[in-house]
Amino acid sequence: MPEITYREAIHDAMVEEMRRDENVFLIGEDIGTYGGAFGVSAGMLAEFGPDRIRETPISELAIVGAAAGAAMVGMKPIAELMFMDFVLLALEPLMNQAAKARYMFGGKATVPMVVRLPGGSGTGAAAQHSQSLESILMHIPGIKVVAPSTAYDAKGLLLSAIRDPNPVCFVEHKLLYKVKGEVPEGEYTIPLGVADIKHVGSDITVVTSGIMVQKSLAVAKKLSQEGISVEVLDLRTLRPMDTQAIINSVKKTGRLLVVHEAVQTGGWAGEVMAVVSSSEAFDYLDAPMRRLTGKDVPIPYNRFLEAAAVPQEDDIEAEIRAIVSNKY
Amino acid sequence: MTTWKKEEFDNFETTDVLVKSKELGLKQEQLVDMYRTMVKIRLFEEMADKQYALGKVHGTMHLSAGQEAVAVGTGFAITKGDYLLNHHRGHGHFIASGADVNKMMAEFLGKETGYCRGRGGSMHIADVTANNLGANGIVGGGLQLAAGVGLAVQMKKKEQIVLTIFGDGAANEGIFHESLNMAAIWDLPILYLCENNQYGMSANVARVSAKTPFKDRAAAYGIPGYYIDGNDVLAVYEFIRNAAENARSGKGPVFVEAQTYRYFGHSKSDRNLYRTKEEIDYWKSVEDPIIRFEKLLLTANLINDQSISKIKEEMSEVIDESVTFAENSPEPDVKDVMEWVYA
Repeated sequence: MPEITYREAIHDAMVEEMRRDENVFLIGEDIGTYGGAFGVSAGMLAEFGPDRIRETPISELAIVGAAAGAAMVGMKPIAELMFMDFVLLALEPLMNQAAKARYMFGGKATVPMVVRLPGGSGTGAAAQHSQSLESILMHIPGIKVVAPSTAYDAKGLLLSAIRDPNPVCFVEHKLLYKVKGEVPEGEYTIPLGVADIKHVGSDITVVTSGIMVQKSLAVAKKLSQEGISVEVLDLRTLRPMDTQAIINSVKKTGRLLVVHEAVQTGGWAGEVMAVVSSSEAFDYLDAPMRRLTGKDVPIPYNRFLEAAAVPQEDDIEAEIRAIVSNKY
Repeated sequence: MTTWKKEEFDNFETTDVLVKSKELGLKQEQLVDMYRTMVKIRLFEEMADKQYALGKVHGTMHLSAGQEAVAVGTGFAITKGDYLLNHHRGHGHFIASGADVNKMMAEFLGKETGYCRGRGGSMHIADVTANNLGANGIVGGGLQLAAGVGLAVQMKKKEQIVLTIFGDGAANEGIFHESLNMAAIWDLPILYLCENNQYGMSANVARVSAKTPFKDRAAAYGIPGYYIDGNDVLAVYEFIRNAAENARSGKGPVFVEAQTYRYFGHSKSDRNLYRTKEEIDYWKSVEDPIIRFEKLLLTANLINDQSISKIKEEMSEVIDESVTFAENSPEPDVKDVMEWVYA
């Protein structure tokens, strides 16, 4: 199978779906000649022209608002926000308009749109260009939240997101753009709301998503050489969350660690733990459930401070060792 | 605190409906129909207020009595199939665009037979199949969506326009700038109708707006703007029709600001502490859009006391029937509370 990058996988999904469906278009800042801040839409202007690669003024509120409006009348817009942090300028159309139109109109409207959100730290971009805000987005009924960890998942999930009749926030981790993975040629989709066991294990379940899947996998491989068997469960879709997959895995391993880059307070790790504590999986726990998350701090600029603010492989490894050795 | 000046209006006041209607190509029956629709809206709003007073309404309401000429002049001027994005005080525009008052009243009373199956209430009445994309509970909500609807129309090469109606309050939201700028750079077929009723809740336009009329702000984006007497129904009809034609012709967005006045408070919590009784009485007696149009129609002999009474009786029956329909309709089934969160 050919290997392509996470960035190329997202690019290919958009290109292929735009060829198939004339209602799909991309809207955002600097997505044309520039190719997008992270180069995801490179070359798309030449193929699809300025109508469907719709470059906007720096107006995040109006970009997401326009996507919602277009979606309500039959289009399938993909809005690219340059950095996930900027979605805070556009929460109003996302949360008060797109998320609620169907419900408050009694099921008589659909809003099929995708908002692509490059998020996460690790690039030295500091506090306003490095956040992981998925927990905020997950809080609003009517919105789906997807956060792929591999090139393969990114392509299959984005195709499903574009075809989904609901507003979908598609969280792309900036450090993953260059990561390569096997992606088959041709069309395939991955259903939203279905988690994936990225590494099978029996001693502990690590529930995670996005870049933390890659970090957790590296740790799982290392620990397997010592006979510690780590199951890495990649949620892939954060809302709707595949709660059954979490329950099944915890019942098997008896231990749970939730890892995410987003800050701890109000973060979705608490949601995962609530799923376990209120299900039959609770009776299977052999140790307290733990979470390893971003610290409750704005992302700092200095490289050492930045790395200290979010979970690293060493932190994940230490936490797993502590849990499996019944330290807590 | 007066913010409006008649001498600034871009329209000439309608003084002779026969001359004016000939100029506009309106038939005499259409003039009477406009009058009838204004009466219908007034009666609907008064009935809504009464239903609230009787304790039959669970939520709030934003009534548009006093603003009927804007709704009717606009409703008669736009084309069926044009998209409508409305503000929260939207009953009048929906009635003027042909909405079913039974379904509106049922929605107001939260019933399953309402436009939104009782999920939305007065603030979210919508009829998506008729391209009515809803009233909006967020000030400037329609402005957020307008550029996207306009973009869809333009990309699909359709002949529709997007009418987005918002108040003087929304003109001070940030989205006002983003939306107008976007519409202007892409020549989107959008008709921006600023319904200036002089108060954003209790905030007088002059106190919260650095520069009026708001049409001057449209000029900043190169969008043609007009400031008109929103209580002169034929002036509204004339300017909206011309603006709609302009937007439809591919020349880009147009901006119309209609000056009017609301009689009821902002919503049910309003005790009218921010304006004088004299001011309200002035608008109700001298500027009332229905009385003004009625006088002109009487002078032109298009109606008489007898036909006025008949129209009022008929419309009153229609509104009474809407209450009966709503009252006899079932409540939504609580088992369905989770329906339609996702498609």
